[in-house]
Amino acid sequence: MIVAVAEVTPAWYLILGSILFAIGAVGVLVRRNPLVMFMCVELMLNAVTLTFVTFSRMLDDIDGQAVVVFVLVVAAAEVVVGLGIIVALLRKEPAATADDINVLKG
Amino acid sequence: MDTLDLVWLIPALPLAGFLTLLVLGRRLGEPAAGWLATAMCGASFIATVVVFAALVGEDLHHRSHVYDLFDWLVVGGFDVKVGFLADPLSITMALFITGIGTLIHLYSIGYMHGDPKFSKFFVYLNLFVFSMLMLVLGSNMLITFLGWEGVGACSYFLISFWFSKDANASAGKKAFVTNRIGDWGFMTAMFLVFATVGSLDYSVVLERAPEIAPVTATAIALLLFVGAVGKSAQIPLFVWLPDAMAGPTPVSALIHAATMVTSGVYLMTRVNPILAQGYDWGPDIIAWIGVLTALFAATIAVAQTDIKKVLAYSTVSQLGYMFLAVGTGAYVAAIFHMVTHAFFKALMFLGSGSVIHGLHDEQDMRRMGGLRKLMPITAATFIVGWLAISGVPPFSGFWSKDEILLYAYDANPALWFVGLVTALLTAFYMSRQVFLVFFGDERWRDAPVSETSEAEASAAVVAAHAHPEPHESPWLMTLPLVVLAGLALVGGGLNLPFTSDLHFLERWLEPVIEGNERVIDVATGTKVGLAVLATLAGLFGIVLAAGIYLQKRRDPIEPQILADGWRVDSSIAAFVGGPGQTGFEGVATFDRTVVDGAVNGVAGAISGGGKGLRLLQSGFVRSYALGVAVGVVAVLAYFLTRTGI
Repeated sequence: MIVAVAEVTPAWYLILGSILFAIGAVGVLVRRNPLVMFMCVELMLNAVTLTFVTFSRMLDDIDGQAVVVFVLVVAAAEVVVGLGIIVALLRKEPAATADDINVLKG
Repeated sequence: MDTLDLVWLIPALPLAGFLTLLVLGRRLGEPAAGWLATAMCGASFIATVVVFAALVGEDLHHRSHVYDLFDWLVVGGFDVKVGFLADPLSITMALFITGIGTLIHLYSIGYMHGDPKFSKFFVYLNLFVFSMLMLVLGSNMLITFLGWEGVGACSYFLISFWFSKDANASAGKKAFVTNRIGDWGFMTAMFLVFATVGSLDYSVVLERAPEIAPVTATAIALLLFVGAVGKSAQIPLFVWLPDAMAGPTPVSALIHAATMVTSGVYLMTRVNPILAQGYDWGPDIIAWIGVLTALFAATIAVAQTDIKKVLAYSTVSQLGYMFLAVGTGAYVAAIFHMVTHAFFKALMFLGSGSVIHGLHDEQDMRRMGGLRKLMPITAATFIVGWLAISGVPPFSGFWSKDEILLYAYDANPALWFVGLVTALLTAFYMSRQVFLVFFGDERWRDAPVSETSEAEASAAVVAAHAHPEPHESPWLMTLPLVVLAGLALVGGGLNLPFTSDLHFLERWLEPVIEGNERVIDVATGTKVGLAVLATLAGLFGIVLAAGIYLQKRRDPIEPQILADGWRVDSSIAAFVGGPGQTGFEGVATFDRTVVDGAVNGVAGAISGGGKGLRLLQSGFVRSYALGVAVGVVAVLAYFLTRTGI
């Protein structure tokens, strides 16, 4: 008997996307390290991007993939700014959490 | 420039005097401050005469000129200007206010001689004249109200001028508080006028009076009458006027006899189209309150022993006559009596001041007598005033009172009869006063009578020890007396009844009261009969008083209840002190618990809610993220379950 290899359907990609999103969301909620929280946010962003691509294939519509390109550009810019802030914060206060972001005030 | 535009100068001059004295009063001192105030009042009189002459030069139906100085309040459709209205009524008022005011200023220089607050007295006096002129010259109700409150405040300042004595201070407070009730009426009437007509300008309001619904017009008229009742001391708010005699005598003469207390009559005459538009029972109420006040106050005056209290009750009584005239549509007679009353009552108040001055602050008539030899000018002028108020022809009081009684007879013989009885009583109590003060035995060396009130007693005790002979007052005080006596003698000439050519005042006031003056239908024979009856009543009163107080044929009948003013005052005090106070305390408790409770409750709820909401803004990034996550889940759940996407 040949073990039937399960066919990879779009549902798999959607399930993977929602798992990634949930991991990201939980990470943002429970972790205190700003760098980890930032990574979790990126994770959520990419989970959403994945669902966009999936739906684009399912519906045979190129718009979804076009959006993804925009998301990637915006995410790149966001990473630059976000990392800049986090590095500045941790330099000032190495043990800082996300709640201590106010130490950057004036 | 139009000469009539000078009308703004009339109140501006006393205002300038007031401001100058306010700054420089102390430095000027005595008597310069007094002379400055007198000069300002005199200049105002001259300005009034100029405006009067210009007004006479106008055509009959153009004798109403509004001069706007500047915009005062502009809020939406509510537009109030500081403007002055020059018309026959306001200029008549201004003439006698400034004229008599000047004389009384002059008198005060003599009367207030040596008073430590000499200059302050004239500050108040000028302020009063200014306010009074604003009252009568204002071109809208709000300016009139401004003056109305101004004269009330000045009245308060001047009644309690010698405030170091408790009785004087509380008399001032009493006048002020009693007048508040009247002010409520005036203000409510103003609100009603604005709500109905949309303007407070007399020119607009009176023009459009015929469009007001009769019920509204009656309400406005009666509310204004409530104001007039307070200011002009009618039943039931007359109680403050007798107490107001605590002030210096020139104040009693100027404010509480000649001018301020007549402002109620002025107001009712000013709004005569509104009165005419209302139901007929509105004026009837005014007439009855007037005539009953006249009778009531006259009965009280019969038994008073204080020389100024007699005159105070007499003023209340004469004001009652004026309201009788207003209520019966005899506006000309009301103004006529107002003017003649201003002459003879100011004269008698100043005369009584001269007596008090001559006797070194003695006010009890039981300790006077025989003064005509020692104070000949005061006595002679006082006697002129006495004959005028008693209605003896040809003195001025006869003509004006007779006209009021004639109109009252035409309206309702019952009103006329009460008025006639009052005329008799008036002659009686005034004769009593003249006989007690100027004739009979010289009693000023006697010991003070024990039952005098505290204030009098303390003054009397001081006087009893060192009582020099009474003396005639200086010329500064007698000159105004002589001038006023002359006016009281010939004042009737303003409006003689014989032919229509002699109705000067009636023709002069015609534009203001056109169509609303009662047209009487009484035969000439009846008119003469009424005049003879009134004269006989007056003479009978004089003869009666002469029999009792001069020839002592009979003991005087002066029941204690009359001396106490029918106990109205003490009843009001008892009521306000007893159930009244309980009620007011109840209101205060209600205010503290319910009203304040509601306000504090709202404040508490908001600050509590704020504290609760503050917790949301914790500054913890992850709790915000949780909020966002929960929100997203909730929105998703909603869309999935409700809209079935």
